[in-house]
Amino acid sequence: MSEQNLSNHFAIETRNLNLFYGNFRAVKDVNLQIVPRKITAIIGPSGCGKSTVLRSFNRMNDFVPGFHMEGEILFHGKNLYAPDVDPVQVRQYIGMVFQKPNPFPKSIYENVAWGARINGYKGNMDELVEGALRAAALWDEVKDNLKKSGLSLSGGQQQRLCIARALAVKPEIILMDEPCSALDPIATLKIEDLMRELSENYTIIIVTHNMQQAARASDYTAFFTMDEDRAGVMVEYGETSQIFTNPRDKRTEDYITGRFG
Amino acid sequence: MNRSVVLSETGNLSVRHQWGKFFQGLFLFSTVIGLIVLGILIVTVVDKTFTLVAVTNKVDPATLADRPLEELSEEELRQILRENLRPARLRTIERDQAPLDEMNQADLTALVTTEIVKPTTRASYPLFQSLTRRAEIEAEIRSEYPDAQIYFKAWLTWDFLQRSMSTKPDLAGVRQAVKGSLWIIFITILVAFPIGVGAAIYLEEYADHRSRINRILQTNIENLAGVPSIIYGILGLAVFVRTLALITSGAVFGVDAGSGRTILSGGLTMALLVLPILIISSQEALRAVPRSLREASYAMGATRWQTIWHHVLPYALPGILTGTILTVSRALGETAPLILVGASSLINKDPQSVFSFFTTLPFQIYNWTVRPQPEFRNIAAAAILVLLAVLLSLNATAIVLRNRLSKRI
Repeated sequence: MSEQNLSNHFAIETRNLNLFYGNFRAVKDVNLQIVPRKITAIIGPSGCGKSTVLRSFNRMNDFVPGFHMEGEILFHGKNLYAPDVDPVQVRQYIGMVFQKPNPFPKSIYENVAWGARINGYKGNMDELVEGALRAAALWDEVKDNLKKSGLSLSGGQQQRLCIARALAVKPEIILMDEPCSALDPIATLKIEDLMRELSENYTIIIVTHNMQQAARASDYTAFFTMDEDRAGVMVEYGETSQIFTNPRDKRTEDYITGRFG
Repeated sequence: MNRSVVLSETGNLSVRHQWGKFFQGLFLFSTVIGLIVLGILIVTVVDKTFTLVAVTNKVDPATLADRPLEELSEEELRQILRENLRPARLRTIERDQAPLDEMNQADLTALVTTEIVKPTTRASYPLFQSLTRRAEIEAEIRSEYPDAQIYFKAWLTWDFLQRSMSTKPDLAGVRQAVKGSLWIIFITILVAFPIGVGAAIYLEEYADHRSRINRILQTNIENLAGVPSIIYGILGLAVFVRTLALITSGAVFGVDAGSGRTILSGGLTMALLVLPILIISSQEALRAVPRSLREASYAMGATRWQTIWHHVLPYALPGILTGTILTVSRALGETAPLILVGASSLINKDPQSVFSFFTTLPFQIYNWTVRPQPEFRNIAAAAILVLLAVLLSLNATAIVLRNRLSKRI
C-alpha cells in the first residue's frame, strides 16, 4: 500500500470537497476515501448533503442550476471536475441507481441494451443483456418476457432492472441513492444480497436513511450531519462495525442510537 | 365503546359535503352549457342545410316534351337543345364541354335543365320550420309563386363537393375550397411542425432558463400566441406576398403565377400564426417529461442529444401531437389572415401546386354569408358541415397516429 500512489489506491477520494447551490454551501470540507470493491454507506439526517455528495461523484449535479464545487474528487488520480474531463465519460465509469426505480418505458431487453449501445458496444448484445440480468439476479424471473415493458415489473424487479442496466455499461463504481426506500422488506433484502455479490467486482457507494441497512450491508460507513450553517459535514468515517459499535463522536452515537435525526 | 360517539357528526362535516355537492353541480352545469351551445350550433347548421324550397322553372319541362326529361332518349334531348338554344350558345357549350353527339343521357339531361329549364330557387325555408308549419308555408308560396314546385332539398350533396364556385347558389360548390384548405394545412404543418418543435426543444432543453435574453424570448412567444390573426395577415401580405413575391409567385422556379397571392404565401402566413401555439404546447409536453427519466439516461453515460432523441422526445411526442392537432384545427378555421394574403373569392381552377391561387373553406363560407341572396346561407351552412367533416377527419388521423406512437410501450 505504501508503495502505491495513494490516490490510485482508492476508488474515489475527495479532498476538501465543498459543494454549493448558488451561494448556499451544501457540503463543507469533506475528505473521504472510498475503498475499491467494498460497500460504503453514507448515512445521516435529512438535508445533510449525503445525496449531494453522491451525485457529485458522477457529476449529476451539473444539471442543477447554480451548482458548483471547490476542492477535488479524484478518480484514478484524475480530478473529475478538471476542465478537460467530459462528464458523459465520467458517468460511463461511475453508474447510478436512483431512489425511485426508473426503468425506461421500453422493453426489459432494451432497458439493458440501450446504455451499452449508445456507448458504442459492438459485441454480442444478447450475451451482454443476459450477463447483466444474471448479475442483477433478475434473469430467471424475466428470461421468458424480455420483450415485456420494463414498467410491467414489480418495484423490486424494476430496481434490479435498473441495476442490470447500470452494469451493462461496465462501470467501475455504482452509486446507489437510497435504492430501497420505495421497496418492501423482502425486495430490500434481495437488493442487499445483490449488493454483496456485486461488491466482488464493483465499488458500491450507497446513501441510505435506514441505519439497519447500513449496518447489515456495508463495509464502511460515513456519517454526515449538518453544522450550524446548515452545511453538510462528515462527522465520522470508518469500518461499519466500528461506527455502529464504538462510535468516536458523540453526534454519531446519538444518531445511531436514535436520540437524534 | 360507544359507537354512536365514534360516528356522530363532528364539526361541520355535513356542510363540507354540501359544498362539495354544490361545486359538483356547478361543474356539471358548465359542461351542460357547453353541450347545449354545441347542440344549438349543429342544429342551426343542419336546419339551414336541408330546406324546403320553392323552385320555379323559366321553361316548364312539360312544354318541351310529353314525358319527364329523364325518360327521353339522347336524340330527343339533343333535338330539344338544338331547338331551344341559340346557335352561338350551342357552339360555346360544345367548345367548353363536349360535342352534343358525344354526350350521354345524364349529361344531356343536366344540360337541358341548366340551359333551358333554368330552375331557380325562389324561397327556402329551414328544416324545422318546414316540418312544423308546412301547410302555412305552402300557402304562402302558392300565393306568391303559383307555378312553383315545392320539395325538400339537401344543399349538401356529392355534387356540392364536386362543383366549382359560381355566382348562382344552385350551381355553386366547394371543390376548390376543400382542395385549397388541404393544401394550406399541408404547407402549414410542413413548415410549422419542424420549426415549432425545434424551437421548443432548444428553449426547453438547451437554453439557460435564467438568462435574461431567454426569459424575454419566452415572454414574447407567449405574447405572440395572443396577437390577433389579422396582424399575421398583414405580416404575410407585406413579407410573403410583396417582398418575397419572386419566390412565392414561383417566378424564380419558372412557374410564374403572376403575383404572390399563392398557396405558398397563405401556408407560410398560417405557419407563422400557429408557431407560437405550437412552440408553447410542445414546451409543455417536454416539460412534462419526468426528471427521473432524464437522470436515468444521463446516468448511463448518454449525451444530451442521445437523452433528448431516445427518451425525451418519444415521451413527449403524444403531447406534442396533441398540440399539433389543436394547431391544425386553428389553422383550418382561420379566415382573416387569408383575406389579406389574398384568397380568391371566385376561382374555378383546381390548385395545381404551391404557386396556385387558392380559396379555403372558411373564406368561402364567409363570402357566401355576406351575399344578399338567402340561398347562399344554405350553401354556407352546407360548407360549414364540410369544414367540420374535414376537421374531424384530420383530427381523427392525428389522434390515431398519436395513439399508435404512444402505445409503443
